[in-house]
Amino acid sequence: MRLTLKVWRQKNRNTPGEFRTYHTEHASPDMSFLEMLDVVNQELILKGEEPIAFDHDCREGICGMCSLMINGIAHGPKQAVTTCQLHMRSFKDGDTITVEPWRAGAFPIIKDLVTDRSSFDRIIQAGGYISASTGSAPDGNTIPVAKVDADKAMDAAACIGCGACVAACPNGSAMLFTAAKAAHLSFLPQGQTERYQRAINMVTQHDEEGFGNCTNIGECAVVCPKEISLDTIARLNRDLVVAALKGLAPSTGVSEAKAG
Amino acid sequence: MSSNQNETGTRTGVRTVEFVKALDSRAPGGPIEQRWDKHRFEMKLVNPANRRRYSVIVVGSGLAGSAAAATLGEQGYNVKCFCYQDSPRRAHSIAAQGGINAAKNYRNDGDSIFRLFYDTVKGGDFRARESNVYRLAQVSLNIIDQCVAQGVPFAREYGGYLDNRSFGGAQVSRTFYARGQTGQQLLLGAYQALCRQIAAGTVQMYPRTEMLDLVVIDGRARGIITRDMVTGKVERHVADAVVLATGGYGNVFYLSTNAKGCNTTAIWRAHRRGAFFGNPCFTQIHPTCIPVTGDHQSKLTLMSESLRNDGRIWVPKRPGDTRDPRQIPESERDYYLEERYPAFGNLVPRDVASRNAKQVCDEGRGVGPGGLGVYLDFADAIKRLGRQKIAERYGNLFDMYAQITGENPYETPMRIYPAIHYTMGGLWVDYNLMSTIPGLFVAGEANFSDHGANRLGASALMQGLADGYFVLPYTIANFLAGVKPGGLSTDTPEFAEAEAEVTSRVQRLLSINGHRTVDSFHRELGKIMWDECGMARNDAGLRRALKRIPELREEFWQNVKVPGESGDLNQELEKAGRVADFLELGELMCVDALHRTESCGGHFREESQTEDGEAKRDDEHFAYVAAWEFTGDPGRAELHKEPLVFEYVKPTQRSYK
Ligand code: FES
Repeated sequence: MRLTLKVWRQKNRNTPGEFRTYHTEHASPDMSFLEMLDVVNQELILKGEEPIAFDHDCREGICGMCSLMINGIAHGPKQAVTTCQLHMRSFKDGDTITVEPWRAGAFPIIKDLVTDRSSFDRIIQAGGYISASTGSAPDGNTIPVAKVDADKAMDAAACIGCGACVAACPNGSAMLFTAAKAAHLSFLPQGQTERYQRAINMVTQHDEEGFGNCTNIGECAVVCPKEISLDTIARLNRDLVVAALKGLAPSTGVSEAKAG
Repeated sequence: MSSNQNETGTRTGVRTVEFVKALDSRAPGGPIEQRWDKHRFEMKLVNPANRRRYSVIVVGSGLAGSAAAATLGEQGYNVKCFCYQDSPRRAHSIAAQGGINAAKNYRNDGDSIFRLFYDTVKGGDFRARESNVYRLAQVSLNIIDQCVAQGVPFAREYGGYLDNRSFGGAQVSRTFYARGQTGQQLLLGAYQALCRQIAAGTVQMYPRTEMLDLVVIDGRARGIITRDMVTGKVERHVADAVVLATGGYGNVFYLSTNAKGCNTTAIWRAHRRGAFFGNPCFTQIHPTCIPVTGDHQSKLTLMSESLRNDGRIWVPKRPGDTRDPRQIPESERDYYLEERYPAFGNLVPRDVASRNAKQVCDEGRGVGPGGLGVYLDFADAIKRLGRQKIAERYGNLFDMYAQITGENPYETPMRIYPAIHYTMGGLWVDYNLMSTIPGLFVAGEANFSDHGANRLGASALMQGLADGYFVLPYTIANFLAGVKPGGLSTDTPEFAEAEAEVTSRVQRLLSINGHRTVDSFHRELGKIMWDECGMARNDAGLRRALKRIPELREEFWQNVKVPGESGDLNQELEKAGRVADFLELGELMCVDALHRTESCGGHFREESQTEDGEAKRDDEHFAYVAAWEFTGDPGRAELHKEPLVFEYVKPTQRSYK
């Protein structure tokens, strides 16, 4: 396959970036999109140019490290796959493909196609967990969990934290990511105790990170490689209402752990 | 200890006494079921009020690393955790699909701690330490409880209780799972526990940071040198204990199921600083991976072997039969595993399944591009259970397969081929998971492990979490209780020397400016390793590799091309450092494989097989852990032996007939 690539190149956070055009004749339909970029990079290195930096690791659609806006769509044209699982058979010989990093205020660009998504970690740190210190757990079968609940929790827990939802959202909101974690935990009996405090803490952190508001546009769910449902957002919003009714205020929730 | 080890110690001078102690496994005696309890009672504790004065470095944030960092943080130690990914949640434990073993016996089907212990020792072909394996089986129970409490969404039965399946040849149902994403869910559980500690201020997290050297002061591990992968800044970190939980080194083969970034650098640098490397040649080849499609291939994708529960493996009887598999009548198919191993059929252990696949492909009966593949066929299972049920069990795996190959496995058989998946070898550790360098602990896949010469399916997750949640927090406390906290700055000659070495190595890599890319060296090394030190090994091949690898390493340092600069995100530079270490490790693996003239588990020496072509052990000469000491040249590493004694599981010739 012959391809023309228009790729965003940016030296670092403080240097303005630009599109540059590359041609390759060595793509094949069996390659993944990242393998195609590998080929381009090998050619660049041998020509004495700097290769294109992009994030990736597992290359099997589970770690959430790969990203890329491909022709303006997060993770490219195929639904329900990550960039690393996208294969060149989804493109045609002679195509021109535009490749950009995630664009969002809360995901600053580090270099070329690599962005800083540490804001996601901080949302989880704000409360995306169940406080169960090692050793304190009762037998795993003490509390039965209805299969439907376990399945719904698993559906939400499938989120890989890639950030496509943010990149696709015109508001740059991370509500789908936040809601997926909240839903995963709130579908389980173990997650009930901290449920409402968790909701308010995570959403507060979400806002502090500079992610935009959710206005129910739904682009996020369309690009989500794990098909996380918009229902999770509705569920989180209901939990926020309950939290308000209970008069809960955001807390760091860490005082007890610190004392340990 | 044999006199042999004393001699070694003498030759190296000052450290004589340490060496003799070093290969002491420190496994407690007495009845095996009481050893861990007794040991836990005998170990020293650190007063809760004192804990924050002790600092611990944890490198790696997979199951073992995250679990250890979170738990040590909960206990009040001052923890620093490092990972090369942009977030600890992305460590490669996340990709484990199938499940996690635990001897809960919820199915009342005859499982017990002793049976899990027995299966693991036997499955490992009698090359693991009994005391460690028994402890692993014991704490497997706590792991499930802990994970449920954290909110891991394990599969449930309709009654709400935890579901189990039988996995990878086990004759009991002891595998807990979360759809096909068990590793992901367990890792997220550990990651969330870690996040809670980060928020609490007990753990400081350093993502996108790579460990490039270990600092040893007065014979004790006292810190690490890291490189910030975004700014290129090289930094010193001091601690009272260091934990390496940096995973396996399967990427020495270039193509493996490991994530692209998985590497040996942390453990290899520690090896160079004095940590012995245990059984480096013990690698596991996984039988159910998606076959290679061409030279561009950058990694291999594993399909969970749970697929073997319902899929039937076959090849055409006639070599060179290229018909559409659906057109090949039953009578012309060879269901070779069912045929050769009637009791286990398609569920024989991984090494046996892999070798048989290689054999039928060597006979010219392989399918797909290059003839490197066998069929895994679900037609019967779909007939028996319905498409719906199969989709429920394997839906995401089928989707992934379709995505990668462009073929629909509901309609046509999958093609699979073995691939490098896991390394049982790793840094040698004693019962406390401490390496031969005091204060340096090694956990999860990075240590030489409890799996002997072959790991059972669904046991990697179990071991990673056992080490991280339930073993290290005790054994590290015991170590710390014996040393004074802190009292050391990074301003010592040892830190300065290690930092200077790291910096000059980085500069050297950037200045070679040769004609070959890092990847081209890595691919070539991988091909040598796969051909000569892969599924089957022999004397001549290993000697070829031992000649070729040093030459390739030499060429690498003359002719590699690493563009860019050091003070910047530079992915080629990162890769170059890792490949340089793989080029040394690969040689040690071949040395180990050459010296072990027996076959055992995943290590198949063609010279040592039974009449049926099964791996034939030589217990008389090789019932030991080979622990290699670095001497300045990986080809001349010095062998130390930890003899293995089997008091509870009598070594037998493994037979799955
Ligand atoms: S590289 Fe891991 S999800 Fe794409």
